[in-house]
Amino acid sequence: MDIIYTIWLRNMKRYIRSKSRIIGSISMPLFFLLFLGFGLNSVVQLPGLGGNYIVFLVPGMVAMSVMFTSVFSGIQIIWDKQFGFLKETLVAPVSRLEIMLGQTAGGATTAVLQGFMILVVSLFIGLHVSNTAGFLVAVLFMVLIGISFTAFGIAIASRMEDMTGFQLIMNFVIFPIFGLSGALFPISSLPAWIVPVTMLDPLTYGVEGIRYGLTGVSQINPAVCFAVIGGFSLAMTIIGAFLFRKITI
Amino acid sequence: MTFALQIQNLSRHFNDLVAVDNISFEIQQGEIFGLLGPNGAGKTTTLSMLATMLEPTSGTATVNGIDIRKDPDGVRKSIGIVFQDQSLDEELTAWENMDFHGRLYRIPREIRKQRITELLTLVELNDRRDDIVKTFSGGMRRRLEIARGLLHHPKVLFLDEPTLGLDPQTRNHLWQYIATLAKEKGITIILTTHYMEEADRLCNRVAIIDHGRIIAIDTPKNLKDGLGGDLVTIGSPDPAAVAAALSETWISRVETHNDNVVVSLKNADQHVSSIVTLLNTRQVPITSITIHKPTLEDVFLSFTGKTIREQEAGQKENMRMYQKMMRH
Repeated sequence: MDIIYTIWLRNMKRYIRSKSRIIGSISMPLFFLLFLGFGLNSVVQLPGLGGNYIVFLVPGMVAMSVMFTSVFSGIQIIWDKQFGFLKETLVAPVSRLEIMLGQTAGGATTAVLQGFMILVVSLFIGLHVSNTAGFLVAVLFMVLIGISFTAFGIAIASRMEDMTGFQLIMNFVIFPIFGLSGALFPISSLPAWIVPVTMLDPLTYGVEGIRYGLTGVSQINPAVCFAVIGGFSLAMTIIGAFLFRKITI
Repeated sequence: MTFALQIQNLSRHFNDLVAVDNISFEIQQGEIFGLLGPNGAGKTTTLSMLATMLEPTSGTATVNGIDIRKDPDGVRKSIGIVFQDQSLDEELTAWENMDFHGRLYRIPREIRKQRITELLTLVELNDRRDDIVKTFSGGMRRRLEIARGLLHHPKVLFLDEPTLGLDPQTRNHLWQYIATLAKEKGITIILTTHYMEEADRLCNRVAIIDHGRIIAIDTPKNLKDGLGGDLVTIGSPDPAAVAAALSETWISRVETHNDNVVVSLKNADQHVSSIVTLLNTRQVPITSITIHKPTLEDVFLSFTGKTIREQEAGQKENMRMYQKMMRH
């Protein structure tokens, strides 16, 4: 536990010091929220979901913020590899599982903090959180998304040599996962042939979970959401730990 | 006398490349021991195996009596290591880097605090302890890494090319630190280097390693004395004739390297004129002649037939292959 805390602490220190990273990774979901939200608010009708488009968009943008930050935190291992710091950790008499879990905890925490910032901004543009329990449910889903995708990032970083493949992963893995997740549009309004693809996307369940927590409405049963994203985070942690164990420097 | 390190028939292959080829030797406690050789000779690979970062292909070793294959964690606890490439977190302060290390080695808080201050003072960085490492110079970073390597009181400290890329002044400074450390703390220090001068000045004993094999192991003095006195290097377009002409009894050895003939003899300054006369009477042309005390560079040349620089040039290809393999 000490070791996990140590690695987590390092992640926190680095996070707090990297102002540009905080602002950088919050700006994209924020701009999405503002431009899409205000741009489409009057055009888009959401049958059966109540509220307006901006409020519909908030859970999606929170999930986006959490996911992008956490993938990035996981992939940071590559930098540690390149700057040599990973050696210092790997040569210490600690297990790789502890290192991996520490990194996951650190990444998930920073990701949830980033998601929080979007939530706070959303309060000023129409989101009403009246229900504490619902709010906590949303946070729980944010944590699960954070764990899943940090572990995912670590898994990728364990197999990658440098950052050259990062853009590829971003464009062909991360962005599709985000785009298909129902963060931007309701699943029910999609053409029938896309729906199954959406249902295969683990982030869909994270977004719907957060949406349920914040607005009380979701298109997927929250228990199912919890089971899927919870199972996904567990699976990713196991895969990440397995691949990280084999990392070579 | 106890051994800090015992290596038995240690080998490491990367596919077809034999990086370390069946080496065996012992290092005594408290020694400063140098692994000397050109880049790509197998120094870092050897060190990685001893530090349990890399599995040997065959053979084994004990560090502080602990087997590297049976108890890698035990070995890791008892060694400190400073890598060839920097391994600090540049975003953290000097203190935080030390603290991170202390926590990883599970040093209790109070002892940790006290030791960090002590060590940062030792390497003269205590006044910069709260500065971010990014702002440090190369020499300061090296010193910080050495301090960090000592934090958990290792019995054996590995230094992989500790002064690589540092300016001569900082290098001298670091040598002094290392020597003081070994003396005051009684730590066994094993360092790799391709600076012959470094090995000569610092090390009690030196192993010369080339193509993964130990080709000589002794004190620097014995190695140099083994060459048989001073060295006279004679440049000539006809080196064979030079070698043939020099068969006097006061000449202990004659070796030919490319266009140069290296002659070993005692009291060279008294004999130079005789050498020149001898060659002149036989009408052997001379383009240059120099006298110097033997260095480890000459030892290396004498054992491998190449200067360390020539060896490195030839091994660039190997290095590339090796790096490729390390990646996969």
